[in-house]
Amino acid sequence: MFSTEVTILNKEGFHARPAQLFVEKSNKYQSQIKVIREDGTEVDGKSILGLMTLELTKGKKIIIEADGVDEKEAVEELSQLIESKFGEE
Amino acid sequence: MSEKLIGIGASNGIKIGTAYLYKPVTVNSKIERETIEESEISNELNRLENAKENSYDELELLIEKVKESLDTENIGIIKTQLEFLNDPSFIPEIGKKIEKNKYTAEKAIQEVVNFYSNLFAGMKDEYLRERGSDIKDIGKRLLRNLVNEKSNQLSEINEKVILVTDDLTPSDTVQLNKEFVQAFVTRIGGKTSHTAILARTFDIPAVLGMGDNMAIIQNGDILIIDGNSGICIVNPDQDEIEDYQRKAEQEFESAKLLKEYINKQAITKDGYQIEIAANIGNPEEAKIALEKGAEGIGLYRTEFLFMNNDHLPTEEEQYQAYKMASETMKEKPLIIRTLDIGGDKELSYFTFPKEMNPFLGYRAIRLTLDRKDIFITQLRAILRASAYGNVKIMFPMISSLAEFRSAKAIYEEAKKQLRDEHITFDEKIELGIMIEIPSAALLADQFAKEVDFFSIGTNDLVQYTLAVDRMNEKVAYLYDYFHPAVLQLIQKTIEASHQAGKWTGMCGGMAGDPVAAPILIGLGLDEWSMDASSISKIKQVISRLDRSSCKLLVEDIFQLGTVEEIRAKLKEFYDSI
Repeated sequence: MFSTEVTILNKEGFHARPAQLFVEKSNKYQSQIKVIREDGTEVDGKSILGLMTLELTKGKKIIIEADGVDEKEAVEELSQLIESKFGEE
Repeated sequence: MSEKLIGIGASNGIKIGTAYLYKPVTVNSKIERETIEESEISNELNRLENAKENSYDELELLIEKVKESLDTENIGIIKTQLEFLNDPSFIPEIGKKIEKNKYTAEKAIQEVVNFYSNLFAGMKDEYLRERGSDIKDIGKRLLRNLVNEKSNQLSEINEKVILVTDDLTPSDTVQLNKEFVQAFVTRIGGKTSHTAILARTFDIPAVLGMGDNMAIIQNGDILIIDGNSGICIVNPDQDEIEDYQRKAEQEFESAKLLKEYINKQAITKDGYQIEIAANIGNPEEAKIALEKGAEGIGLYRTEFLFMNNDHLPTEEEQYQAYKMASETMKEKPLIIRTLDIGGDKELSYFTFPKEMNPFLGYRAIRLTLDRKDIFITQLRAILRASAYGNVKIMFPMISSLAEFRSAKAIYEEAKKQLRDEHITFDEKIELGIMIEIPSAALLADQFAKEVDFFSIGTNDLVQYTLAVDRMNEKVAYLYDYFHPAVLQLIQKTIEASHQAGKWTGMCGGMAGDPVAAPILIGLGLDEWSMDASSISKIKQVISRLDRSSCKLLVEDIFQLGTVEEIRAKLKEFYDSI
């Protein structure tokens, strides 16, 4: 299991497109991926529906956690995606 | 064999077309069976999987079909639904409910869909809030596919049809593609139902209240709809088709003649001018009203904003809608009626108490006085919009002066809040009440001292004066605004307002009835508000009348004791002009 904490930086937060991009990337990995909000609510990192229900706006912190053969790469790529503001701005 | 069915002609016009039977499914439809036995789990999971696959195929087909006619945003909405179907937190969650809770697939879908849609409904972000309706839509699709019903969605109609259904809810009617729906036929509903009002606004012929006879209509049958006389002919023969084609042409010609009156003022032969306004249910209709010759909006029914929603609209959402209407109307008056729900108008996200007599119960002003939070939010939104045009406010269902005073106190509080927040609004905004309960009409003298104007709502006034349920087909024959008791209440209201230097409008069905026009002129009604489609006809009728003979007519009519005598007298008068 591998995890890291990141802060949402893009203006819109986890809107439709960011959630979509995140899920597209998660799906490339075999590992199970979880996204955990500060209050402990966790959702499947491969679920747009789940991600949208977290209401992640700019400034919120999340933990990305992966478990599986490619866990390290998964967490790295996904946290990078968030840090790059999903290529926005 | 052709078959002639009779219903209620609720919106004028003649159409010949193909029947399209519509049976709505809702997520919260009652589920017949909720739980299963251990041994049924795998069968139930299979049903779910099949429903998923069929829904998926339908959506892909739909995208293919609408690719050219819909914009990318709308196609995006369908694609989102496809994504939800494949989402690991959706169908698998439903599956878990079947396995763990031993739910039927129906119950499991309902639970999961409601969970997500409630979650989305409570979100701050508007985009995310909207996703709640996507989830509900996909839920409906799954439920329908569980019982293997063929796709039957209003928004999926893509060829010209005549819509045949039990009843239409306001949200159904909003989804309708007006280009393709040529006419409505419904089993229930009457002249004043919401389907009727919407049909008239959009000029769609409608025959409503057909009752159980409607069952003989099959998908694909050829229908003739005559909304003028409430006739629906199923599988007409060639003669009937030709006959109605001729009638439709004549109608088209006379409609062309009426068009001349659209932009004329309504002035009687002896030079008395009347203000003609329209009733609307949403800000977009204000544009239609202007195109059809309205000089103002006499009634903006704000309840549609609440009904076509899955949450109480926020102050900002309401403000945007009212502002849009206000900006469309500019200096022309826009009378916004505060929330009138309850009775037959319910909200999906708000629980109304079960009542024996909902029309005599918790509705309209009674509800908003009880739920001050809802009331003050709406008043603030209306006041803010008043900065952009000529807005007036009126309260529905006022039965006593005390009620008006309580409502006014909340209205003053809303004004004070805005002043304190330095938000601009029209300080001189006029405040009026609906006269739709006999007690208010009888006390019009007292009310006239405290309100700026009256607006007579004939639909409810008739219902409450004559004790006739306007939805009940069995007693509908008693429902008549030419009843002498109703006419006396109208007279009393108008006179009281004039004595106090105020004015009276009318926003019920009577104002749009050409036969009633001579009486209303004779009584001195100041502002007439009606379905936009009636405006040119009423302007034409007014131009043929003179006020002095209308006054004499009113004197004669007040000598008569029955509806039948009054109607006969009016017909005689009407035919002579």
